[in-house]
Amino acid sequence: MSKYAPKLSELKKEFDEKPSVLKGDYSAQEWWDRPVEFRDGNWCFPGKQEVLADLGFANPRKWAATDEDWQLPADWQKTISEGLQSRLKKYRSLKLFLDSCVRCGACADKCHFFLGTGDPKNMPVLRAELLRSVYRNDFPLVEKILKGFSGSRKLTKAVIKEWHMYFNQCTECRRCSVFCPFGIDTAEITMLVRELLNLIGVNNNWILAPVSNCNRTGNHLGIEPHTFVQNINSLVEDIGDLTGVEVEPTFNRKGAEVLFITPSGDVFGDPGVYTMMGYLLLFHHIGLDYTISTYASEGGNFGMFTSNDMMKKLNAKMYHEAKRLGVKWLLGGECGHMWRVVHQYMNTMNGPADFLEVPVSPITGTRFSNAAATKMVHIAEFTADLIHHKKLKLDPKRNDHLRTTFHDSCNVARGMGMFEEPRSILRNVCNSFHEMAEDTIREKTFCCGSGSGLNAEEYMDIRMRGGFPRANAVKQVKDRHKVNSLVTICAIDRASLPPLMNYWNPGVSVYGLHELVGNALVMQGEKKRTTDLRENTMAGFEDGGDDDE
Amino acid sequence: MKKVLMPLVMVALLALVPFVGVQYAGLSYLFGVIIPYTAMVVLLAGFFLRLADWFRRPVPFRIPTTCGQEKSLDWIKYDRLESPAHFWEAAARVLSEVFFFRSLFRNTKAELHKDANLAYGSHKWLWLGGLAFHWSLLVIVLRHSRFFFVMVPGFTDFLDHADGFLDVTLPTFYITDAVVLAAISFLVFRRLKDAKMRLISLQTDYFPLFLIAAILVVGVLMRYVARLDIMPVKDQMLRLVNFSVDAPGEIGILFYVHLFLVSVLAIYFPFSKLMHAGAIFLSPTRNLTNNSRQKRHINPWNAAIKFRTYSEYEDDYREKMKKAKLPIEKQ
Repeated sequence: MSKYAPKLSELKKEFDEKPSVLKGDYSAQEWWDRPVEFRDGNWCFPGKQEVLADLGFANPRKWAATDEDWQLPADWQKTISEGLQSRLKKYRSLKLFLDSCVRCGACADKCHFFLGTGDPKNMPVLRAELLRSVYRNDFPLVEKILKGFSGSRKLTKAVIKEWHMYFNQCTECRRCSVFCPFGIDTAEITMLVRELLNLIGVNNNWILAPVSNCNRTGNHLGIEPHTFVQNINSLVEDIGDLTGVEVEPTFNRKGAEVLFITPSGDVFGDPGVYTMMGYLLLFHHIGLDYTISTYASEGGNFGMFTSNDMMKKLNAKMYHEAKRLGVKWLLGGECGHMWRVVHQYMNTMNGPADFLEVPVSPITGTRFSNAAATKMVHIAEFTADLIHHKKLKLDPKRNDHLRTTFHDSCNVARGMGMFEEPRSILRNVCNSFHEMAEDTIREKTFCCGSGSGLNAEEYMDIRMRGGFPRANAVKQVKDRHKVNSLVTICAIDRASLPPLMNYWNPGVSVYGLHELVGNALVMQGEKKRTTDLRENTMAGFEDGGDDDE
Repeated sequence: MKKVLMPLVMVALLALVPFVGVQYAGLSYLFGVIIPYTAMVVLLAGFFLRLADWFRRPVPFRIPTTCGQEKSLDWIKYDRLESPAHFWEAAARVLSEVFFFRSLFRNTKAELHKDANLAYGSHKWLWLGGLAFHWSLLVIVLRHSRFFFVMVPGFTDFLDHADGFLDVTLPTFYITDAVVLAAISFLVFRRLKDAKMRLISLQTDYFPLFLIAAILVVGVLMRYVARLDIMPVKDQMLRLVNFSVDAPGEIGILFYVHLFLVSVLAIYFPFSKLMHAGAIFLSPTRNLTNNSRQKRHINPWNAAIKFRTYSEYEDDYREKMKKAKLPIEKQ
């Protein structure tokens, strides 16, 4: 277990005994008087100097959140005020969300970080109020006459520290905005405050290092082209060993029909690689004419957690590469924030994609008119359509060793609205699927606690707390239905949920949806399969066992 | 408790102003003519300027919060209200928020139980209280139209009868009077009772509640207790709506208190959180269609950026790409 997280028993004791606003304890202390305290486990290491230099970002220096002096640039106040003013002009959302909150409190206990920490500043209303109180300082006269009336305050270094803490205890999951009567979206506020903080060099290396990598090598993990190919080829070998089928992905191939882009975590990380094996099996199964790019080798976009300009810059590679290769349309892998970007931002930022064609499934002939302009289809939409038209030979019994539940990823749920496609696939590739409690799935889904670039090891304390509502909902189906597999369609989930499950619910493993598809696919010319893609024994397929295949 | 008491004292002092002004200083012209006109101008101009100020700011990205299934494959039913694909569906979504507080209806209450267990319960009190408050306030405002027309319009008569169907007192008791007082008491007490609400509430949250409560209480006193002669009141209101600046006749002092507090509310409105009344129509997470992949959304200021092109990438990695047998553009 990480040295940055408390023991589970200690945390449970804290939940039971320590007074918290969540449980209705009130200390009579106003929120702006509550101190901000950085300690092990609740701050991410700041951006390294060489990373900042590479990106041309402000104020590279050696510092830590626990330092008294953060070595802000001399004119930091001016930078922040002007930055805020210019963003208020560019975004109606920001202005509206700062102006229209009535502090009704409907959002308060909807945030996973509030539920996991009990810290009042993690109530979305107060998180936004951290900025609002400074924004309102535009009316100093009112404040002077009626001291404390509008709850405004000056922009001080202490406020910057508070922003850094609490806008990094928001994963931009948008759950609060579902419940807000005015649709105020804290994600929007967090995105813009993080932009402002980056202007004065208050940042997070776990976000900026991938951004720099992605700019240079094409992917967050910094995998260079030859290594990228090697990695996928080793997965191809594994597939050969397991199934006896030789899949043949191509790279940077001009003239392919489809360019497939997925988060680089699927190429490099465990358990993402099994999901990648699922994709490769699927594409081979249906004979898709596709290619993978080493240049546009990242589906995810950590630019989104940095600034809108950076999001646009990293995303631009997708269309650029699609145009160069002359493909007809784009197919995207399983990822959360990648799909927020592709669905809600990509075509606006880097379109129009008039050099591509409206996506049509070459297998079923289905025209994806919902992607008519952006020309990018989600793999779950694509596969659900294949299954609906009975184009896949599936044996769901091969997943009988897994008792599954499905975790809706925040961005796919609340920034795209994709709920039925993955469920329809899951029901067809496995026989045991149990939904978590109604208030914790679909549009009310809980974040893994590590989204929006907070998946750092040194942040484990906050991550385990932030992930608690999700883990707790999994625990209920584990106890009730013996669920042992948490299926998800997000690469950050695949990286962050395993430690979360180890912490709260040992015995529950994390799977990508297309890993289960890969398990269930009956490939032409395959050898007798006894294990799944992870080389775990499948129930009822053991060597010499009673096999009806 | 200062943040509760301060607004309470402010409202009490404000109520005293016309009392002293009219009763002792004889300023009935100021309180009966000048201030109401000023207040109306500030309210209308302020409200529309604020709306215009929001409206002129661009909506760079299409960011609806999708609370239901997207429109994708033909055989999957999409949620027309929570994931609207067409303009009228998004309009229906906004109107469902305006008229029925749809998002608030979803409200749940989280409880942390022993041994780290979370439970969520349905919690519709805020929805119910908010809806009761806003709707009865609307009916009450509309009922007041009888003061603004020589002939009472038909719909006002209808509202009057519907609202007063209990007919238990003289003058007829209005149900909305009871409902609105109950609802506003609930809205105040929920801010005081719950630890979370106590923390997030500011003076600017209590002030309008107390102000509206005072207006309501004075109105109820005028009607049921002091039994003010309403003919001079109606005369004065008719003068005001006809843009007359004649001096008001003899009217009970409670009327001036009522009218002054309404004027204060009108002046306060455009500068405060009460502007949520306009903001709800503009919220980009609710009023946009979820069709950004089907139809390109235009960002008027779409920032120019320089990204790393493929040829720059190939220049850096050409030798490694050759070794990996990757196709390249330049040898």
